[in-house]
Amino acid sequence: MNRYPLWKNLLIIFTIIVAIIYTLPNLYGVTPAIQISTNRQSLVINEATEKTVTEALQKANIAHDGMFFAGGSLKVRVSDANKISARDAIDNALGEGYIVAQNQIADSPEWLEKIGAKPMFLGLDLRGGVHFTMQVDMKAALEKTLDRYAGDVRRQLRSLGIRSGTIRKTADSLVIPFQDAADLQKAYPELQKLLEGATLSTEDNNVTITLPETLLQQIRTDAVKQNITTLHNRVNELGTSEPVIQQAGADRIVVQLPGMTDTAKAKDIIGRTATLEVRMVSMDATQFAQAQAGNVPAGYELLKDKEGHSYLVSKQVELTGDNINSAQAGFEPQTNRPAVNLALDGAGSSIFADLTAANKGKIMAMILIDQGKSEVITAPRINDTITGGRVQITGMQGTAEANDVALLLRAGSLAAPMEIVEERTIGPSLGAENIAKGINSTVWGFVVVAVFMMIYYRLFGVFSTIALACNLLFLFSILSALQATLTLPGIAAMALTLGMAIDANVLINERIRDELREGKKAQVAIKEGYDHAWNTILDSNLTSLIAGAALLIFGSGPVRGFAIVHCLGIITSIYSSVVVSRMMANWWYGRRRKLQHLSIGIRVPAVVDAPETLPSVKE
Amino acid sequence: MELFHFKRDIPFMSYGKLTTAISLITFILAVVFLLTRGLNLSVEFTGGTLMEVEYSQQQGADLNQVRHSLDSLGMGEIQVQALGTNKHIMIRLPNTENLSSAQLSNKVMDILKKERSDVSLRQVEFIGPAVGDELVSNGLTALVVVILGIIAYLAMRFEWRFAISAIIANAHDIVIILGCFAFFQWEFSLTVLAGVLAILGYSVNESVVVFDRIRENFRKGSMRNKSVNEVIDNAITATMGRTVITHGSTEAMVISMLIFGGAALKGFATALTIGIVFGIYSSILVASPLLLMLGLNRSNVVKQESEKEEIVV
Repeated sequence: MNRYPLWKNLLIIFTIIVAIIYTLPNLYGVTPAIQISTNRQSLVINEATEKTVTEALQKANIAHDGMFFAGGSLKVRVSDANKISARDAIDNALGEGYIVAQNQIADSPEWLEKIGAKPMFLGLDLRGGVHFTMQVDMKAALEKTLDRYAGDVRRQLRSLGIRSGTIRKTADSLVIPFQDAADLQKAYPELQKLLEGATLSTEDNNVTITLPETLLQQIRTDAVKQNITTLHNRVNELGTSEPVIQQAGADRIVVQLPGMTDTAKAKDIIGRTATLEVRMVSMDATQFAQAQAGNVPAGYELLKDKEGHSYLVSKQVELTGDNINSAQAGFEPQTNRPAVNLALDGAGSSIFADLTAANKGKIMAMILIDQGKSEVITAPRINDTITGGRVQITGMQGTAEANDVALLLRAGSLAAPMEIVEERTIGPSLGAENIAKGINSTVWGFVVVAVFMMIYYRLFGVFSTIALACNLLFLFSILSALQATLTLPGIAAMALTLGMAIDANVLINERIRDELREGKKAQVAIKEGYDHAWNTILDSNLTSLIAGAALLIFGSGPVRGFAIVHCLGIITSIYSSVVVSRMMANWWYGRRRKLQHLSIGIRVPAVVDAPETLPSVKE
Repeated sequence: MELFHFKRDIPFMSYGKLTTAISLITFILAVVFLLTRGLNLSVEFTGGTLMEVEYSQQQGADLNQVRHSLDSLGMGEIQVQALGTNKHIMIRLPNTENLSSAQLSNKVMDILKKERSDVSLRQVEFIGPAVGDELVSNGLTALVVVILGIIAYLAMRFEWRFAISAIIANAHDIVIILGCFAFFQWEFSLTVLAGVLAILGYSVNESVVVFDRIRENFRKGSMRNKSVNEVIDNAITATMGRTVITHGSTEAMVISMLIFGGAALKGFATALTIGIVFGIYSSILVASPLLLMLGLNRSNVVKQESEKEEIVV
C-alpha cells in the first residue's frame, strides 16, 4: 500500500536532478568581464574586433582569461583589479560606435549555458548599483506636440501661400486665425489632410484644432516610449552592463544600473533633458533694443550664449534634435576649435535646406535646452543653402564639452522632460554584505530546524529534513531558471518559507503518530497519515498563497520581491513535503510486509502488520 | 520524543471569556498607541532622502559634528543616527522643493568629505512625495484584497462563521504588530509591510489547521455525544504538538534572521517574531471562542459536508 509506481519515483527523481542542474550555476559563481557590443547596423563584432581588443590589451599590458562571442557581442574575462583599466583600454582602441561595458559572466561550464541554466539574477540591493524612477512630464509632452503641430501648420500654409495670423496655443488646442473666409476655405481641407486624427472646428475666421482623447492617449504612450529609447541610448553610452529600463505605470520609467559606481555621472547623463532646437534670430535692431529694455515682443524670447551675448530668438522651432541622425565631437578645420558635427535625417535635411534657402543672410540660432535652461550654442549667419544635411555646431568651451554635447544629441532628445522621483544607490560592499547576512540567517535557521526535526521525529525527521533541503533546491532552481530578480526581501521570504514549509511535514508526522496511537498498523498509519494531512496542508498553503498572490499583484518594490519568492516557495514546499518525503518513507518502509515499528519518535504497543496477501499454500 | 501529548483535552473554551478580555485589552491598547504615537514611517512612505555612509577609520564619526555640518544645508529637520557603531551612520533628510535628489546626495557627501576624507557612501534612497502616497494606497489595496480573498476562500471551503472568526483573529494580530511598532517607534518600512502582510497569510494558516480538525471532529462517530465546546477543545489539544513545533521552527528561522540578518532585515524579522507569537495565540484563543460566539454547531458543519457530497455525486 505504500509503494509509488516506478514511473512516479522516476518522475520525482527526474525533477530533483533537473533542479540540481539548474541550481549548479549558482555554485560556479561569476567573474568580471568586459562586454563589447554595438547598436549600429553598420558595425559587426567579428574576428577583427577580437584582434583589435587583443592588441589593445597587450599594449596596456593587461592579462585576460579568454575571449568569446555570445549573442552578437564579444566578452573578455578579466581579473577584478583590471576591469576598469581594461575597459578604458578597449574603449579607446575601438572608438566610436561600440559599447564597452563592465559585466559579469557566469563561470559555469558551457553545457549549462546551452540549456539556459544561469545563476540567479540578483537585485540591486544584493549586487550594488543605482535605481531611478523617473516621472515623465506629460503636460510638457503635450505642449511639445502642439508646438510641432503649429510648426507643421505654419510650413504648410507658407508653402501654399496662405497668410494667417499668429497661431495661439491653449491647454490642448491650437487656434489659427485667417484673414478672411476665402483663405479659411482654401486652408481647411489642407489642414485636415495634414493633421490626421485631430478635430477641426471653425468659428468666425478661426480654425481651432483640438486633440481628441485617443490622440492624447497616443501622445502619452509615445512620450514614454520615446523617452525609454532615449534612455537606452544614453545608458549605453555610460557603458553599464545589463541595464534595466522599463515602464512602470502610466507615466513612470524605472532605470536600474547594476554595478554602476559613478552615480553622479549616471544622474547627470540620465537626468538631463537636453534637446537641440534650431530657431531664427530676429534681425530687427529696434525690436532687439526694445527686448533689451525688457519689452520682449510676442513670439520671441531673449536668450544668451556662453559669452553672454544676447539674441532675440523666435519661439518658432524650425528643427529639433529629433531629426539628428548622428553627432560626433570633432574640430572646426580652419580654427581648430572643438565642434560637433551633425548629420540630419531625410526630413531634417530637407527642412534645413528649405530654411537656409529662405533665410539667406539671416542669422539662425542653435539652442541647447538642458534641464529647463535654454542656451544659444552657436548663431551662424546663413551664407548659402545647406543641402545634404551636414551641419557643424561650434562654440563649445573644450573637447570635453563637445563630447558631452555630442553624446546628448546623439542619444536623442526626450519627448518630454523627466524628473527623478525615486532614487536608490547601493554600494557594492553593502550588496555583498546583504547576501552574506541573508544566507547566514537562512543557514542557521535551517540547521536549528533540521536538528530539532531529526531528534524529535527520528527517521521521519530525516525524511522531513531531506524534503526541506529539496524544497530549497527546487526554489533555487526555479528562481535561477526563471531569472526572477532575487532581492534581500526575497532572501527573507526564502527563510520564512523554509520555516513555514516544515509545517506540512509536522502535520504529516503528527498525523502518523496519531494513527499509531489509535492502534493502526504501521503501514496503514503511514498511508492515513499522509492522506489525512493532505487536506489540511492544501487548505493552509492555499490561504497563504492567496495572501502571497495579492502581495505580488498589488505590491511594489520590496513587497513584490518578497512575494515572488514566497509564492514560489509555497508551491515547491507542497510538492517536496508531501511527495518527496513520501517517496522516502515508501522506499524505507513500503516493501516490508511485517512492519512492527516506525522510527517517528514515539513508542506504541506494536501492532504487527500482517502480510498483505495470505500465503497461497494455505488454500 | 514526545513533548505535547495530552491524555485529556485541555478546556480552552472555558477560558474563552478571559482570553477574549485579554485580546480586547491588548487590541485597544494597540489602537491607542497607533492613534497617539502613530507609525514611524520610513522614507519610502513619507518621501525624503535616506543616506547611509561609512567611516573607514577606527574611531568612527562624531554624530554632533556631522549634524552640525549638515545644518549648513538649511534643510530643516535632519536626523543623524548611528547604525550600531559610529562607523555606519544614517542620515534622513526631508524633501525640499528646489533641490533634486541628485544634487542633494552629492552635496551631503561633499560636506562630509570636507570634514573627513575617509567617508564613503553605502546607500542612498530618495523617494519623491507622490511615490510615497502611491505606496500607501497600494499597500492598503493589497491588505484589503488579501483579507477579502481569505474570507472568500474560507467561506467556500468551510463556512462563513469560520471565515469571519479567522479574519477577526487575524486583524487582531495585525493591529497588535502595528501597535508594537507604534509603541516602540520602530521604523515601519515597505519590507516591514511585506512581513505584516505575510503574517496575515501565516496566521490564517494556523487557524485553518485548527478549523480543519474541528470540522473533522464533528464528523467523527466518537465525537457524536460531545458538546461543541468539547469538540473544539479536543481539536485544539490534538493539534497542540504540531502548533508548537511548526511555530517553533518558523520562529527559529525568524529569530535567526533577527540575529544574523543585520539592519536590513531587522524590521521584517521583528514584525514576524511578534506576529508568530500572536498568530498562535489568536488562532487558538481568539478564533475558536469567536466560532462559539457566532453560534457554531454540529449541523452547520455536517450539513455543509453532506451538501458537498451531493455535489460530488
